[in-house]
Formats: sequence, structure tokens, C-alpha cells
Amino acid sequence: MKKLSFLLFVFIAANFSILAFHVYAAKEPPAPPAEGSPLPVMKLPVPEKPEEKNYLGLKDEGTFTIPQIMAKVVIIEIFSMYCPYCQKEAPTVNELYNAIENNPDLRCKIKIIGIGAGNTPMEVDVFRKKYQIAFPLFPDVDYSIHKVCGEVRTPYFIGVKIDENSTNEVIYSKLGSIQDANQFLELIIKLSGLKKEGP
Amino acid sequence: MAKKSIPILVSIFLLLFASLSHSTSEIFKDYIYQPGTLKSIDSKPRLKVGDKAPDFTLPSISGEKISLSQYRWKKNVVISFVPAAWTPVCSDQWPGYNLAKDIFDEHSAILLGITEDNIPTLYAWTKPMGDLWFPVLSDFWPHGQVAKKYGVLRSTGVSERALFIVDKKGIIRYIDVHDINKRPPLEDLVRELEKLRN
Repeated sequence: MKKLSFLLFVFIAANFSILAFHVYAAKEPPAPPAEGSPLPVMKLPVPEKPEEKNYLGLKDEGTFTIPQIMAKVVIIEIFSMYCPYCQKEAPTVNELYNAIENNPDLRCKIKIIGIGAGNTPMEVDVFRKKYQIAFPLFPDVDYSIHKVCGEVRTPYFIGVKIDENSTNEVIYSKLGSIQDANQFLELIIKLSGLKKEGP
Repeated sequence: MAKKSIPILVSIFLLLFASLSHSTSEIFKDYIYQPGTLKSIDSKPRLKVGDKAPDFTLPSISGEKISLSQYRWKKNVVISFVPAAWTPVCSDQWPGYNLAKDIFDEHSAILLGITEDNIPTLYAWTKPMGDLWFPVLSDFWPHGQVAKKYGVLRSTGVSERALFIVDKKGIIRYIDVHDINKRPPLEDLVRELEKLRN
């Protein structure tokens, strides 16, 4: 009787495993954020540094989502401190940040953040210090944000347009270098419908 | 009997569904071989903290032969065994150490990167990583002799993903034979290097 129960147990467990495996195998890997679609929900911790908190226009503590950032466009870089390509790209992204911050009309409208896929706080900090990065970088230790972004290779850039009613739309979603900071900025301005004003 | 079989079935289930994430740099494009999830550790330890580190001499990709003993009384040595070139986690480990050179310098430490691959393979694989400041050594022939001495040679002929810290006296001060599927956090290495200052 015991032997029969055991065989029945193994039979049911094996069937369950096979069924579950097929469901798992059939599941498509998540796709990267598609242009024209809303950005997948990403919860990030409100930065502790006051200058980073001010930069993003966040008031509360705890967590925030991208549409809560006080901006019309947010550029997200998925990077890794361990990625040689991201290391090479860092000066260009700094150039982009400076181009935005030095333009009085754009500095309140476009913000940049970086998300370190699989990186710990120390690893993100090494990257920040090495390249003297002034915009906020967030560790993604358990790859949770990397997963909702389709487990993309790095660096990956996402541009998100945020409307006044906090709805949002991905306007740029591409793998690899942004090539030229100024041309990329022009492209983002064009895709988002932002008009350059001022002198 | 059914009770005894539960852990086995749970293990099978976990092996089937374990999903280990890692990011891959675009610099390697589609050239990275995906081996899937591997048995986390597949070797038996031969050394322990406090042991004298076995000396070795290996060829490096620069053409120079490097011995552990050449750093005695001069530098602390971090030995980083990674399993294989052109595989996911390994390809994203040394570029990070390359960026963290200041941390090694602050702790008077040199890094020796070792795999069981041959020199041409290591040369081609590390080229896109940029100029690595540390020697990259090949433990290809006699195959895996150093990994074997350090107790980190897996049954498949590759090494574990392992870190050893050897102090200036040649004594092993830290061993981390890590889950092969995961990258060791930098925090752990820095914490252990910090201890050498005391």
C-alpha cells in the first residue's frame, strides 16, 4: 500500500512539474518598453541626497514612479558598472546631462536617471565616482527593474514623455550608444514635441 | 519513502524553474554562449583561510609569465577564478574590477584573473573589455593545474567562480567559492580587503 501511495505521489508530482514546465517554457520573455506605449511601472526609492531629490522634484519619502518626476521628459539609462560599453558611454551621457542643465529652457523639462542592472549600492557608487555622474543612479540589485524592461543588454536608453495628467508614453527605446549627445538631445526634443525657447 | 522523495522533487522543480538574471554588455553583442543554470558549486575545498597559498606560475595574455610569489612582501593578491570566456556572468565581472582599480590600489592589492581557457581565447575575449590593468592568466595547460591546487576545478574542466585573497606574507585570508551563476558583490571583496589593514 505504501509503495502504491509513493508511486501515485511521484506520478502526480512529475505530471505537475511537466505541465508547469511547459507553461513556463511557453512564456515569452518580457519585451523591452515599446515606443508609443506607456512605460512599465518601475518603483524606485526616493533618493536620500537632497540635491538628487530636488533634481527630480520629489517631495515625499519612500518610493516613486517615473511619472512622478517633475519633468516633461525623463531619459532612463539601463547600465551596469560591469559593462565596458556603459563605461565608454558614461562621458557622452554626462555631456548630454550638461547640455540639458546648461540650457535654462530645458533643465526643468528633461531629467536623466540611471538604473544599475544587478548592481549593488557600492557598485553604482564606484560608477558614479569614476565618471563624476551628477544625475541620480539607482541600484537594481535583484534585477527587478531590468526584468520589467525586458532584460535588455546594456547600455539601453528609454525616453519617456510625461503629460500633465501623469500619463506617459515611451518615445525612445533603443539598445546601444546614443552616439552624439547634442544630436540625441535634438532627437528627444523632436520626439517629445518639446520646443526650444529662449535665445 | 514519500517524505524522503520530497526534497528530491523540490530540487528538480527548482532546477527546472530557477531563473537567474544577469545583464550582458552590448559590447559582446550575440557572442556570449548561454549555458543555462549550472550546479552552483561542483568542487571540493582543498584550502582554508590561514593556509599558505600554493605558488603557481602561469602565462598571461601579455606574453609575460606571472608567479604568485613575485608579489610576496609587496602586494596583497586577489585571485579571481572565473569559469570560462564568452559566458554571461564572467564577461561582466572583470570589467567591473577594471573600473574599481582605485579600490585595489587603496588596499595595496593586485588582481590576478585566471580561467582555464587558452591564451588566444582569453586575448580575444578580454580585448573588448578595454585595457585591463591586471594580468589575465591562462590555466589551460596542464589543464586546470592551479584551479586543482586551489580546490576549484569543476568536473567539467572549468573552474568555479572563486575569489581568494592572499596577503603579503602569502597566507590565504579570504575564500569565496561563489555560486557559479552569480557575480560576487563588490561589497564582500572590499570588506575583506579592508580587514587586511588591521
